[in-house]
Formats: sequence, structure tokens, C-alpha cells
Amino acid sequence: MTTQAVLQVKDLHKNYNGNAVLKGVQFDVDKGQVKAVLGPSGSGKSTMLRLMALLEPADSGEIHLKGRRIGSKDHKGHTLHLPERQLAVQRQEIGMVFQRFNLFPHLTAVRNVMLGLTSVKGISHHEARAQAMDMLKKVGLENRASHFPSELSGGQQQRVAIARALVLNPSVMLFDEPTSALDPELVGEVLEVIERLAETGMTMIVVTHEVRFARRVANEVTLFDGGVIVEQGAPEQFFDNPQHERTKKFLSHVH
Amino acid sequence: MLFDPNIFFAQLVSPDYIKGAALSVGVAIVSLILATVIGFFMAIGRTSGKTYLQGPAHLYVWFFRAIPALLVLLIMWNALPQLIPALRADWFSPFVAASVGLGLVEAAFMSEIIRSALLSVDDGQPLAGRALGMSPAKVMLKVVLPQAIRIALPPTGNEFIGLVKYSSLASVISLRELLTTAQVGVNITFRYAEYYAAAIVYYLVIVSVLSVLQGLLEKRFAWTSKTTKPKKTAGAVLGDKVGIS
Repeated sequence: MTTQAVLQVKDLHKNYNGNAVLKGVQFDVDKGQVKAVLGPSGSGKSTMLRLMALLEPADSGEIHLKGRRIGSKDHKGHTLHLPERQLAVQRQEIGMVFQRFNLFPHLTAVRNVMLGLTSVKGISHHEARAQAMDMLKKVGLENRASHFPSELSGGQQQRVAIARALVLNPSVMLFDEPTSALDPELVGEVLEVIERLAETGMTMIVVTHEVRFARRVANEVTLFDGGVIVEQGAPEQFFDNPQHERTKKFLSHVH
Repeated sequence: MLFDPNIFFAQLVSPDYIKGAALSVGVAIVSLILATVIGFFMAIGRTSGKTYLQGPAHLYVWFFRAIPALLVLLIMWNALPQLIPALRADWFSPFVAASVGLGLVEAAFMSEIIRSALLSVDDGQPLAGRALGMSPAKVMLKVVLPQAIRIALPPTGNEFIGLVKYSSLASVISLRELLTTAQVGVNITFRYAEYYAAAIVYYLVIVSVLSVLQGLLEKRFAWTSKTTKPKKTAGAVLGDKVGIS
């Protein structure tokens, strides 16, 4: 099997009110690859994930999923953003986990996981419940299925959120600082779920501040700063022998 | 002249009062439904961020907040049939005119309630729905609306109670709702205290029942699982909460 890139990002630019947040980001993610993205707050990491999840349009640049351009298309030399309906279809291929979980508070844990199946994939209620329970079991929460988000701890909520994204069987999973909103003692259980997911061969991009986690689980680590990729490489090289001054400085602060 | 309990009780159970009360509640229900539907689209228009939708919605709210409900009812019943021949038909009864008239006015107020309820839903919610690949309509229907309804429920209950009382305005277009029933009785018998007291009792009962219904409805939006396995669950949840704080 060739190592074809699942996700390709080409020269991505994004401005907010004249502030350049992304200044030409470019990278590939291969199948089964786990890419950890480090970087200071405000460096554009989260924006990059939102663009890849097609939640916001890029100003310029292209995103390709499994060789197919998504989010926009060329129309007589101009870049045309796809309408929301078409984006919605393409988003099914991409799983997104948010920093603040964003579980639906009016639905129980199992219903949170079911919603995508029933209202996006059109799967029957009965079958969706079975799949959702299966997925909750994988994140160790089958006994919390009928609880509402307000009755779950932060770590449990995030695990439900992971199950909710995973149940749609995406080609790539994007994690936006999945443990940053958690109390320290709840971080471990979420990282463990992500690590187990990585072992199953899921392609993922994890924006994180957990340096040790990045070192252990990722097979490529990226430092993001000022809207560009500063350095990227295998974890051993990235952590033990960083090439750029900026990376050395960043690592000296977080180690 | 003393208060005559016999007259009072006779009116309390009279078919006229029961019918009048039913008409009052009926007008309130129909106009609230109309107001909620119109108000929803006005609220969507005002929160859309698109000028061509915001403009008309703004105009609607501005107009119907300014015009007295009584004037709207008079226009509905007297002026419109003069202008529109179709409204001279039998189906355009005082009940229809009152329900539509009050509904149009109430929609302006409901749109503000619904607008603030929609705005109160966390931005991360539609974001999460979209990330799952849900269409805009599904995001609204399955994610945003259920949460907005919870916010809108208490003020909507208030509006409903207000509408029951506003239905008495329909007396000017010859709808024999509750207050008109009392007034007609008074005009014949001059037993003011007894007839008005009976009306008071009806209004109190109607509003009490509505308050209970509202309470039951709000419980359905509590979003807790406390009905299932109370002891174990409560302990576990409490334990978690203590652990966090």
C-alpha cells in the first residue's frame, strides 16, 4: 500500500480584520499518521483546525482530502467557496473534537453520539443506538449512556465528544486542545482514549500543550508560531535535536 | 343590595361563562401559535446578519409594537373587510379576526423573546452540529431550537397569560369571550359584583392551570436523568462535582 496523503494543506492563508492569522501553511498527513501540533496561544493552531474542518473558509489556499479538493473549487480562475450544504456533506469525512467539548446539553450521552448517525447518515434509531453504545463502550462510558452532559465530569464529556465524532467513521480526526479545558486529574483519561485511537491506525491531528503526550504518541511533531509552521519532524528529532532557535526556546519553556 | 351567592354560583356553572372562557383560551392559543411562527421567522431574519432579511423583520417589529392591539382588532374586523371582499365571507368570524389580530401584534413581542433565546445558545453548539456534517436546517432543528425553547419557555408563558387577558379586547368586535359574557349579564341584571366575581374566578382558574402546565413543561427541559436509578446516580454525580470544585 502506498502512503498516500489523507489530508493535504496547500498554502493556506487566513485573515481576521486585517490580522494575518495563517500566512501560508502547508503540510501533508499520511494515512495512519498522528501529527501533534504545538505552539503558543494565538499562533493560529486552532484556526488551522477550523479551516481543515471546513467550519470557516480560507482566504486562499487549498485543502485536499484523499486526493480530492474540499471546501472550495476553482471557477474560471477564481476560488469559489462551496455552499454550506455541500460543506456539510464533506464534513462527514472529518471528525472534530473541541477544546470545550461542545456536547449537546439537551441530549443524553448516547443521544449525543447517535445524533450524527440519525440526522446525517439517516441510520435508523435502533441501529444508531447500537452503534453509539458500541462507541461509548470503546471510550469506557457505556454505564453513563443515559446521563446528560451536565451530569458528567469534564473528562467524561470529552470522551463522549470523541465517541460522537468517531461514530461517523471519519477519515481523519482533528483534536483542538482536547485537554486544555480539563482539571489536571482528568487529563489522563482523555489522553488515554486518544492514544488508544492512535494505535488503531486512525489518522489524526492533535493540537495540544501536552508535550509528553506528543512525544509518546505522535509520529510527527509540528511547531506552529506566528501563522506559519516553524519546524516539523519526528518526535525524537524535534525534541532532542531541534533545528530552529524558536523551537529550542519554546521547548525550554514547556519542559 | 347584598352579594347574592346564588347568582354568583349560578353564573359560575352557566354555559355562557364556560363558553366565554373557552373562547378566551381559544383565542389565546391560536394567536400564540401564530405569533410563535411569525415571531420565529422574524427572529431568524433579525439574527441572520443579512440586510434584506433584517430590514423587513425590523419593520414588522417596529410597526406592531407601536400600534395598540385594540386598534389592530378594529382594523381587522371593520376596515379589512371593506378593502378585501374575500373577508366578508362567513368564515371570517370574530374569533378568526381576534386570533389573527392578536397573533400579529404578539408576533412582534415573541420575535424579541425568540431572538434573545437564539442568541443565548452557545456558539459552540451550532459549530459542533456543523462539524458532524449536519445541514443548516438540521443544526437549527436538532441543536439550536431545543436549547432556545428552554430559554424562551418562561417568558412565553407570561405572554400566553397576557393573551388570555388581551382576548377581552375582542369584545369590541363582538366576540363573546369571558369578559363580554360578564358584561352582557351585568347589562341585563345589574348584579355587578356577582357577575364580575364569577369572571375573576374563571381568570384565576385559567391562569393557575396555565402556570401548572408551564411548570410541567419546564421540567421536561431540565436535562437531567434523575428519574433513572436515583440513589446510585445522585451519589456518583455528587461525588464528581465535589471532586472538581
